[in-house]
Amino acid sequence: MQPIISIKNLSKTYDTGHHALKDVNLDIQKGEILALLGPNGAGKTTLISIICGLVAPTGGSVTVDGYDIISDYRETRKRIGLVPQELAIAAFDKVFETVQYSRGLFGKKPDNAYLEQLLSDLSLSDKLTSELRALSGGMKRRVLIAKALSHEPRVLFLDEPTAGVDVELRKDMWKIVNRLREAGVTIILTTHYIEEAEAIADRVGVISGGELLLVDDKNNLMQKLGKKQLLIELKEPAQAIPESLAGYALALSKKGSEIIYTYDITSDGTGITALLQAMAEAGLTMKDLKTSQSSLEDIFVNLVNPQ
Amino acid sequence: MINFQAIKVIYHHEMMRAWNTLFQTIASPVLSTSLYFVVFGSAIGSRIEDIGGVSYGAFIVPGLMMLSLLTQSVANASFGIFFPKFSGTVYEIMSAPISSLEILIGFVGAAASKSLIIGIIILITANFFVDIHIMHPFWMATFLILTCISFSLLGFIIGLWATNFEKLQVVPLLVITPLVFLGGTFYSIDMLPPFWQNVSLFNPVLYLVSGFRWSFFEVSDVNVYVSLAMILVFLSVCLGIVWWMFKTGYRLKQ
Repeated sequence: MQPIISIKNLSKTYDTGHHALKDVNLDIQKGEILALLGPNGAGKTTLISIICGLVAPTGGSVTVDGYDIISDYRETRKRIGLVPQELAIAAFDKVFETVQYSRGLFGKKPDNAYLEQLLSDLSLSDKLTSELRALSGGMKRRVLIAKALSHEPRVLFLDEPTAGVDVELRKDMWKIVNRLREAGVTIILTTHYIEEAEAIADRVGVISGGELLLVDDKNNLMQKLGKKQLLIELKEPAQAIPESLAGYALALSKKGSEIIYTYDITSDGTGITALLQAMAEAGLTMKDLKTSQSSLEDIFVNLVNPQ
Repeated sequence: MINFQAIKVIYHHEMMRAWNTLFQTIASPVLSTSLYFVVFGSAIGSRIEDIGGVSYGAFIVPGLMMLSLLTQSVANASFGIFFPKFSGTVYEIMSAPISSLEILIGFVGAAASKSLIIGIIILITANFFVDIHIMHPFWMATFLILTCISFSLLGFIIGLWATNFEKLQVVPLLVITPLVFLGGTFYSIDMLPPFWQNVSLFNPVLYLVSGFRWSFFEVSDVNVYVSLAMILVFLSVCLGIVWWMFKTGYRLKQ
């Protein structure tokens, strides 16, 4: 199946010399939700801005539904909606008017029934004639989403949709994203909240220093998450792992005072009971026990800071 | 295919700004024109001889209209594009399927329309103070429209260039107002010493005022065709600069 967005060797160097994107390649499939994770300044917004036409690329190409974003910009932009990171709104415009304006900008004929339904879905029905400046931060963000969806795009970019948003609104936002997915909209969101990527994305891409370090199915990443470690502190340090324990994935640390056992919580048995028994038989006495689980955050941090 | 919907909504959005402040939009040109007539037309004008057979009160009408057209065109168009840049909402225009020309038609068209309306309001107001007979209505309309468009283009350029409100004010205040006042708005350059007459010829506004005045009274400082040529040159230069700004994404696209 032809990807809805195809990014090839995309790079961007700003006039300041900052190399914001380095040879990025990425295919995004129709109907999927892709989360782009990365620290501030990683290049997430630059990537989105190039696809939407806000930033000119230095090299490479991007197609949306088979159309080039530069030579066929009218076709690509018609298909795209963008919710920017900043709450950029015309303070004196009214909610319904600003959404009508957005629809017109994208070349669509007025359709008040569609817009009213859209605003109702975003719980903005009672704010149609309110000035934007009178709305709360969360409401303003909903308006930005309504503006981005006003022209019925097939692809929606959400740039840090829940940055600085309270928990309740964040959950609401996830519901909105799910509804859009059901309607067949492809969604690309940037975030630095790992739980957000876990909660709603199908695939996760990690960007750092302008490079796309990894793109993987979320479930694959979760499997890596499934690894857990048992830390066994010994009363007396051991010189080496006893032969009888060779069957377990063990490692010695802290000059032999700790044994680390890595196991898979998704498998049927963890093997902890047997291990502890075998250790007692091998004459190792325990002082303390501790378990730890690597999170997507750890994977992310390791990718971003490999040292 | 032209995105007419986009042109329409930009134009409408810009016109609504004036509509929402309708009182200021109409009251301020009416008031300032009336004041000019009271001060220059009646108080001072009564002591000034006719110029080229035209009473001083009537003589200043085209100049007054130009004064407002120029300042209003620049102010409206510069604010129109500066404000979305300032508030960040320009992202939406830049990410929409709109060509630079369509953006330009929307913003400059609206600014020029507003100036045109103000120009007509001033003309009507002036009519209460002096008898005005327009000898060449077609020429008058041509100068009026071309001036509104070209100075709205200049305003658009200033709005794109400006990175803060100070810059937005500085060109109208330090360049346009002096040029208008020294461009024969309230006098014929014949009244000046020869040296200053020659200096005035370097002022582009002189040609606008002169041509516009000719269309009213057939009284002018320079030939009407020279005036027309000058405004067309000015229009072309502005269009050239805007074209370059859009092509390079100046202050819009990184």
